[in-house]
Amino acid sequence: MTKKTVMQFKNYEVGDFFDEMFTPEGTPRPGCAALYNRLTSLSDGELLRYQKSAERALLHSGITFQVYSDNRGVEKIFPFDIIPRIIHEREWNRIEEGLKQRIIALNLFLQDIYGPKSILKDKVIPEEVIYSAATYRPICEHIKPPRGIWCHVTGTDLVRGGDGTVYVLEDNLRCPSGVSYVLENRRVMMNTFPKLFSDLRVRAVSDYPSKLLDMLQFLAPEQTLNPEVVVLTPGIYNSAYFEHSFLARQMGVELVEGRDLVVFDGSVHMRTTSGFQRVDVIYRRIDDDFIDPKAFRPDSLLGVPGLIDVYKQGRVALANAPGTGIADDKVVYAYVEKMISYYLDQDPILPNVPTFLCWQDKDRDHVLENLDKLVVKAANESGGYGMLVGPHATPAERETFKQKILAAPRNYIAQPTLALSRVPIIGDDRLEGRHVDLRPYILYGESIYVLPGGLTRVALKKGSLVVNSSQGGGSKDSWVVAEHHNHHETQAQTQAAPGGS
Amino acid sequence: MLLSRVADSMYWMSRLVERAENVARFIDVTWNIMLEQRDESINAWAPLIHVTGDYELFEKKHGEPTMESVVEFLTFDREYPHSIYSCVRQARENARTIREVISSEMWEYLNRLYLKVSDHAALGTQAVLDSHPFFTEVRLAGNLFNGITDNTLSHGEAWHFGRMGRLLERADKTSRMLDVKYFMLLPSVTDIGTPYDELQWIALLRSASGYEMYRKRFGRITPLNIVNFLVLDTYFPRTLLYCVTKSEESLHRITGTPLGSFSNVAEQRMGQLRSELAFSSAPEIISRGLHEFVDLFQSRLNAVDEAVYKTFFELRPTPSA
Repeated sequence: MTKKTVMQFKNYEVGDFFDEMFTPEGTPRPGCAALYNRLTSLSDGELLRYQKSAERALLHSGITFQVYSDNRGVEKIFPFDIIPRIIHEREWNRIEEGLKQRIIALNLFLQDIYGPKSILKDKVIPEEVIYSAATYRPICEHIKPPRGIWCHVTGTDLVRGGDGTVYVLEDNLRCPSGVSYVLENRRVMMNTFPKLFSDLRVRAVSDYPSKLLDMLQFLAPEQTLNPEVVVLTPGIYNSAYFEHSFLARQMGVELVEGRDLVVFDGSVHMRTTSGFQRVDVIYRRIDDDFIDPKAFRPDSLLGVPGLIDVYKQGRVALANAPGTGIADDKVVYAYVEKMISYYLDQDPILPNVPTFLCWQDKDRDHVLENLDKLVVKAANESGGYGMLVGPHATPAERETFKQKILAAPRNYIAQPTLALSRVPIIGDDRLEGRHVDLRPYILYGESIYVLPGGLTRVALKKGSLVVNSSQGGGSKDSWVVAEHHNHHETQAQTQAAPGGS
Repeated sequence: MLLSRVADSMYWMSRLVERAENVARFIDVTWNIMLEQRDESINAWAPLIHVTGDYELFEKKHGEPTMESVVEFLTFDREYPHSIYSCVRQARENARTIREVISSEMWEYLNRLYLKVSDHAALGTQAVLDSHPFFTEVRLAGNLFNGITDNTLSHGEAWHFGRMGRLLERADKTSRMLDVKYFMLLPSVTDIGTPYDELQWIALLRSASGYEMYRKRFGRITPLNIVNFLVLDTYFPRTLLYCVTKSEESLHRITGTPLGSFSNVAEQRMGQLRSELAFSSAPEIISRGLHEFVDLFQSRLNAVDEAVYKTFFELRPTPSA
């Protein structure tokens, strides 16, 4: 039997992009040679069979999400590509350091902004930027959350530009999702490439649920011996429901909905078959707006009436703290580098993407003149919604955005269209490069933990720069590989010659 | 300790899988009767609709019951909440809300079952009638799911809520099937002794998967013994007495109250129902009227279900002053 070998790297085009797996000359980057060798040793049939069996495993375990725009609410598997994205440990260590620095600064910012406000008094950030943000919560003023921590779980979005620089694109301090995909993808990948996996000494991610539980228990307000931790979900119709359930199961804690909780006698309780049970820590996956109809949106049916009162009295901990969304405002984001210098007196390790603020006349003029080159984003949207990718947009779409910007300049920012780095995926009939980002997850408890690697999201549509799952994105496993080399490395560099261009 | 909502979902997940399995079995058995039926005037499909108690709804949609319309209604009707499709879909929705409580095997199996039923629903009723193993598969699926549940989930509170739901549903279905078939074959008390259609009685026993076990115990087919068996047998797992007895056991395992006493209204009603059954006899049931007996049984069963809901699922705070 002859091997069909269409799916080979010799046809692979690195293109004019930074490729995470290959240098522009087409040789595997450090850490990627063993993967390269393993993949080239497979026939097309084998590679596709691996891919199919991974997809089947994901479908059967119900690792699915729902798309809001799909009225039928049908579940889909999050498209998954079995070629892992490799991150060399040397680079990873720097990223990890940068993330820690950033999250410390952001936490100090949140303490400050709902407290003394020195950063505003010192005019590092203009006051009106904060008070005009939809996610600024006056109700959080003077709250001191347990242990002084606001952003317990963060899912920072990183992207790499054409020159190889890794930028922070978004901080996501509210309810970042996706970590369950990292854990489940990894489980599937360990079955797909077991030997490769152990050869490369890929950094483990499976202890994430333990770290999460440790962090949550650390927040328990009083000296409770066995704090009752719960995960609060909006319910099965939420697109991330699978994850909520998954994390509760992995931590061995109850998964509750708003209707399971009730506030009385100054505490939060859950309804159980043996009566009411007090709750100490809530890992809430419901947005601020919906968490307590008495404090925020009165029409919310998902939340727990009176929860915020109990929280303010320090009788229940919430992770993340209400109010953290202020730092997710894309105008506030533009000031994070300044926060790092202001609070820590350090230079930022990871840079922001250069950002134009449309509320500033000079920036706005520039943005309006260059709509065909820039990416415009609504200051308070996430998930790839409310966005214009200028170079890919029609003149009509650009005109719409122009009007939107002119009508509400505070609500818009713009950034240069980054040539996001690419990784190979298994395409219809060959291996092709697709754009990716990277979302590492950070836990802020007694210490700060960064999940090694994180979620690599990939824009599966050819040429697309939008990686969000709600917009046709998929995912890949991300492998942080150790410094140790084996003989594969040198071997590969002499053999490999995919066609760069 | 179990969240009330979780207990509720566990109870309903099991009930709905049981319901789907029963409907599939009823269709399967009816299909087989019809293959052997020589008398064209007999419509064996109509009783299936009577069993559901939703005859009016059916009539409004389809008029006279035919094989196609009955199978369509009971199998794939998305608007009918007790069709196989709706039951499996809702069972899976319930499972989805308690994935952190049930075993992954349970979830994966139920998820697969749902995908299978959806696929068949897309093919349509005619395609399913042409290749009828679908109903056998669903029957088997119910049993497999119960087996997976029993073997992969700790037999703690959640399991007991599930078992209670499963058995109460089963008691309900066995009693309805008995009622409808009995009425069809022996419309009034005085009809006892008229020549009966043996095939139909056998079908009734098969509808409860009890044909072989009945034969082992009684040999000859008589209406009295069939009532004796389906209502009062203490060993066969689909009889009314068996289902109620085991439900009561589960209920007491949940609360810790010793059997023979009660600490809430659910236990009280269940205990009353069980003792009533346990101290009945088949001749007595028949002489008083089987239909009246089943009617009363059904309303007591509903009262138990209601009491379970009030006691465990619908909890209201009574804040201290």
